[in-house]
Amino acid sequence: MIPELDFPGGKVGYTSEMKFIPESSSRRIPCYRVLDEDGRIIPDSDFIPVSEKLAVRMYEQMATLQVMDHIFYEAQRQGRISFYLTSVGEEAINIASAAALSPDDVVLPQYREPGVLLWRGFTLEEFANQCFGNKADYGKGRQMPIHYGSNRLNYFTISSPIATQLPQAAGVGYSLKMDKKNACAVTFIGDGGTSEGDFHAGLNFAAVMEAPVVFICRNNGWAISTHISEQFRSDGIVVKGQAYGIRSIRVDGNDALAVYSTVRSAREMAVTEQRPVLIEMMTYRVGHHSTSDDSTKYRAADEIQYWKMSRNPVNRFRKWVEDNGWWSEEDESKLRSNARKQLLQAIQAAEKWEKQPLTELFNDVYDVKPKNLEEQELGLKELVKKQPQDYPPGFHV
Amino acid sequence: MLGILRQRAIDGGLAASTLRRTRFALVSARSYAAGAKEMTVRDALNSAIDEEMSADPKVFVMGEEVGQYQGAYKITKGLLEKYGPERVYDTPITEAGFTGIGVGAAYAGLKPVVEFMTFNFSMQAIDHIINSAAKSNYMSAGQINVPIVFRGPNGAAAGVGAQHSQCYAAWYASVPGLKVLAPYSAEDARGLLKAAIRDPDPVVFLENELLYGESFPISEEALDSSFCLPIGKAKIEREGKDVTIVTFSKMVGFALKAAEKLAEEGISAEVINLRSIRPLDRATINASVRKTSRLVTVEEGFPQHGVCAEICASVVEESFSYLDAPVERIAGADVPMPYAANLERLALPQIEDIVRASKRACYRSK
Repeated sequence: MIPELDFPGGKVGYTSEMKFIPESSSRRIPCYRVLDEDGRIIPDSDFIPVSEKLAVRMYEQMATLQVMDHIFYEAQRQGRISFYLTSVGEEAINIASAAALSPDDVVLPQYREPGVLLWRGFTLEEFANQCFGNKADYGKGRQMPIHYGSNRLNYFTISSPIATQLPQAAGVGYSLKMDKKNACAVTFIGDGGTSEGDFHAGLNFAAVMEAPVVFICRNNGWAISTHISEQFRSDGIVVKGQAYGIRSIRVDGNDALAVYSTVRSAREMAVTEQRPVLIEMMTYRVGHHSTSDDSTKYRAADEIQYWKMSRNPVNRFRKWVEDNGWWSEEDESKLRSNARKQLLQAIQAAEKWEKQPLTELFNDVYDVKPKNLEEQELGLKELVKKQPQDYPPGFHV
Repeated sequence: MLGILRQRAIDGGLAASTLRRTRFALVSARSYAAGAKEMTVRDALNSAIDEEMSADPKVFVMGEEVGQYQGAYKITKGLLEKYGPERVYDTPITEAGFTGIGVGAAYAGLKPVVEFMTFNFSMQAIDHIINSAAKSNYMSAGQINVPIVFRGPNGAAAGVGAQHSQCYAAWYASVPGLKVLAPYSAEDARGLLKAAIRDPDPVVFLENELLYGESFPISEEALDSSFCLPIGKAKIEREGKDVTIVTFSKMVGFALKAAEKLAEEGISAEVINLRSIRPLDRATINASVRKTSRLVTVEEGFPQHGVCAEICASVVEESFSYLDAPVERIAGADVPMPYAANLERLALPQIEDIVRASKRACYRSK
């Protein structure tokens, strides 16, 4: 019988052997995967089967995301938009996670998850409009590119400060819990973002509140130029789950089937057991951090090439889908050329679309526009009318 | 002069009979009924939260010690028993955490009332208040609104030192997207807090620890559960014609006492209680200065970039030709708050400072 002591927090056994828990385990937490690198299901894998219809849709969206990233990135390089951020290498994380959720699940993204929005129905035109900040942008030109959001699709507008979405997700989860909804909050964070104080606050709180939240950490190895070896000294992020009393799992983020199964299961646990769950998805950030970054300055070009070519999640899933007879070379070229054409058209249209009128400068600061802003708006309108030469041609009042 | 009053039952079922001292009622505010009803600011805040929680199931309270402990300053007393732990939530010690959670809950449609034990601690959460709460409605083009109230004691208390005494009115009031309120009396506390909780925008509600225990006369109208004060409207606490004294929170009491002293010397001071720092009621302030031609502004906070600086700028811009004297600004000393009682007194505006400044404005002294 192990002797026990009573302390606040419950009974704990004691030992007279002074033993420190080592800083790391002899074996790293293994990574869950279903598909091997050649796109074949590993024998005896646990996974949730995916129908042909779902698999084809997932693949199409992963490929579309690739095309979208490529074309918007080029548009920025051409000076047509001011900024862009790609998800290259993380297409499986984006699409397979989204496919595993219900549309009522509320998503609080970091910023490298446009695929979730794409899956839910945001059109290429809507993405283009936000990047150009034109009159059709739902964000009314208020935010820089890639800061998309959609109330209708339950995807919160992207916010730049890192990790603020984590305690907010706990709050959303708490709200869903109080309303007894069959839904959970799902929030994304990168490896770097887990260093923020909000990571601690968000996870700790969600556990204490027993809130239905799925925390997904995209461990892609790099936080701009900071490699994970300089970000933390733990075995990644999955080991932190238990520190908060949160069930956790590590998964191969480049394996679409594994990601799908994991997120489906985590979501069920979160909703039926009313608890948070942590998923660490291992992957690699193939692209630069953003268009403001040139990652060849801090990492080897052949490292990037290796991941891009040999560990590509889109190619891997494609092999599986093709092996099942659900996809062909012809389907591939048709999809890619259609996506490309649609994107180029969307960009051309978005670029030509007029920008927001001046009144949008003053709206939405508050629910109801206050008097001082009404006065300022009138003053500005009069000024533009009086001095049109000081304002760009076609400037809309 | 000091009587003992029996506390009345307040709409909403707060029942605790307590002894009260009458406040020597110099405040002859016009809205007060002739009745002898009085209420402390603490009870005013408590009843306001209670009534709003009763009326709207989406309203909930969150903060350190708000539940079982009945509130660090007892503002949330009795609420846990009445509404249960889901709606009166004791948080772990993480301002960043519970502020973020409150914002997230507000995004999802709840109406959190988040308590900071003091606004000094809100700095650990200020990113959520500014970058998430204040700016979300604008950045999301109206898709994400944040009906949240951040409340707690602000500014100097008594002998609590530098990290517990700063006034954050100027910091928060400089941010578009936030509304910032500062009650003085019990009526202010009730009416403004109810308005804040009902408001769809994020509101920073700056209370004062030393005012919690102070009793004020309160009208029947203010005791009604539907009572609400408009946000953005200042109150003329005392009418006058020689000099306008503008201030908020505890300094309103000091300004009124100063006005009494000035009256003895033949100077009729008009005292304006801002009630709302953002939006600032520039119209009322300027109308008053155009009447009196003289301005004295008072705040406990640091002088540089303070609330008084904004008021002076507004008056100089809009009513320059009406001024008969330079604008006077009284603020706390430009030092972190010292602890020793004598030093603390020197670091904060006193009634004599207000009297002197008013007399200067009236050319009655140097």
